[in-house]
Amino acid sequence: MAIRTEPFILNMGPQHPSTHGVFRMKVTLDGEVVVDLEPVIGYLHRGIEKLGETRTYTQIIPLTDRLDYVASMTNNFAYVLAVEKLAGIKIPERAEYIRIIMAETMRISSHLMAVGFFLNDLGAMMTPVLYMWREREKLLDLYEMVCGQRLTYNYMRIGGVSHDLPEEFLPAMKKWVAEMPRFIDEYDQLLSQNEILLARTKGVCILPRDTAVSIAASGPVLRASGVKWDLRKADPYSIYDRFDFEVPVGTVGDNYDRYWVRMQEARQSVRILEQAIAQLPEGEVCAKVPKLLRPPVGEAYGHIEAPKGELGFYLVSDNSIAPYRFHIRPPTLINLTALKDMVIGWKVADLIITFGSIDVCLGEIDR
Amino acid sequence: MKFERYGIGIAKGMALTFKHLFRAPITVQYPEEKLAVSRRIRGNELVWFLDKCTGCATCAKACPQGNIEIVTHVGDENNYVVDKFEVDTGRCMFCGLCVEACPYDALAMGRSYERAQYRRGDVILNKEQLQMSDIRQPSGYARPKIEATLPRQNLLVYWDKKKGGQKLRWLSLSKKRGRGV
Repeated sequence: MAIRTEPFILNMGPQHPSTHGVFRMKVTLDGEVVVDLEPVIGYLHRGIEKLGETRTYTQIIPLTDRLDYVASMTNNFAYVLAVEKLAGIKIPERAEYIRIIMAETMRISSHLMAVGFFLNDLGAMMTPVLYMWREREKLLDLYEMVCGQRLTYNYMRIGGVSHDLPEEFLPAMKKWVAEMPRFIDEYDQLLSQNEILLARTKGVCILPRDTAVSIAASGPVLRASGVKWDLRKADPYSIYDRFDFEVPVGTVGDNYDRYWVRMQEARQSVRILEQAIAQLPEGEVCAKVPKLLRPPVGEAYGHIEAPKGELGFYLVSDNSIAPYRFHIRPPTLINLTALKDMVIGWKVADLIITFGSIDVCLGEIDR
Repeated sequence: MKFERYGIGIAKGMALTFKHLFRAPITVQYPEEKLAVSRRIRGNELVWFLDKCTGCATCAKACPQGNIEIVTHVGDENNYVVDKFEVDTGRCMFCGLCVEACPYDALAMGRSYERAQYRRGDVILNKEQLQMSDIRQPSGYARPKIEATLPRQNLLVYWDKKKGGQKLRWLSLSKKRGRGV
C-alpha cells in the first residue's frame, strides 16, 4: 500500500547559520527531496546604488567596501577602474602593481573563506575554517599596516592608491607569499582526499556547462562547469597581460569541482604575486587628479574578475561631481540564479552545501 | 561511491590535526595582553588640533556622511574663528577621507579602539572633547610625520630589523609562545 504524501514547504532563513548572511529560501520538499525552491532576497538592502548618485566620485569608494565585505579590495579596484575609464585617467606603474598585489592576495583570502565555510556547511564545524583563518589573519595584519583597517580598506583612489607601502610591508608580504603554497598543501592533505568530503560532493548538484553559460554565471562557478572564461585572460584589464598564469577549469561542475577550482586558483594567485612583487617598480603611487572630479559626459563600464566572478560598475556622467547613474553588477547575485537548477531532485543537506559552494556574499546581492 | 582503501583520507587529515596539537598557540589573551596596532590605524574618533585649524570646512565637504558640523565667524585679524566643531561618531564609518582632505594637518584619525558608550548622545563629540588627550592620541594615517614616531605594529609575519633586515621570525610576545605557527 502506497503512503499518500503531500509536499511540505520549509522556510529556511533569513536568520539561519548556513545562509551566509540574511538569505531566505522557500523550499518545497517531498520527504527530504527538494522539488521547488524560491529565493527571497533584500533583507540587507541599503540602497547603495541610489546613495552613490548623491555623492562625489571619491566618496563612493567607502561605499563599495560594503558590497562584498569578504573581498573589499577588489570592489575598490573595479570601481576605480570604471571611473578612470570614464575620465580617461592614466595611473602610475607602481600603483598598478600595488593594485595587483592587493587584488590577488584578496582573491586567496576570499577563496580560503569560501572553502572554509563550504566545509562548515558540510558539517566540518569550524576546524577547516580556523586553519584558513590563520592565513587570512596574517593578511589582514598586512592590510592594516598599509591602509589602517582590517575589513573596510578604502585603499584604492581614483588615479592610484591612497598610500605608498610602508618599508616593512614587502619583506612580510614576501614571507607570506613564500609560505602560502605549503599551507595550501596542508589544506589539501586535510581535505582533498577525505572520504566524507568526496562522498558528499562528487557528482552532487551538477551545474551543466550550457546552463552555466545561459544564466551568465562567472567566476569559479562557471569555470567549475568546464568553461575557460577568466576576465584576466579574456579581457586583460590593468596589467594582467604581463603575468604568466593558468586558468584552472573543472570537468563536470559538481560541488567538488567548485571546491577544487578555488584551491587551484589560490595556487595560481601565488604565482601572480611572486611575479608582481619581483617586478614592483619605484615611483609615484597616485596620479594628479582634481579633488572634485568632473568626468566628461558619457558612460563607462569597468569590470574585473573578482574572487566570486565578474564584478562590474556601470557609471553615467553628466559632467557634475556625482554620477548620474551608478549601477553595480554583483557576481554572486547572478551566480545565485543557478541554485534552483542545481538543487532540484537533491536532498536538503545537499542544498545547504551547494549554497555554500556558490560562495555568496549577501552584502553584494542586496546592496 | 567506492574507495580503494577506505580511511586513508581521514587518516591523513587526522595526522595533520595531530601535528598541530603540539604547536604553540598564536592567540593573545586580549584584555590582559594587547598587540600594537598599525601606525596607520584608522581607529576610533578623530583628533582635532585647535591651533592648526583655520575653519575652512574642507573636511566637512569631504565627509561622505555629512557628519562634521562647523560653525565659524570672522575674527579680528580677518580670520575664521571656529565656534562649533561637532562630529557624530555614531554615524562615522572611519573612511579617513576628512583627514586626507585637510590641507593644514589639523585633523588626524585616532588610535584607540575601546570607545563604546552607554548613551547615543555621548558619541557626538564637540570641539573640547575632540582635542588631543591621554585617551585620544593621533594615528599616522595620511600624516607621515606622526607615523614615523609611533611604535611598530605587531605582526604574525614579522620582520626583524636586528638580523640584517631580511631575517624574518614569528611574533613572540612571551617566551612561552615562541614557535608560532
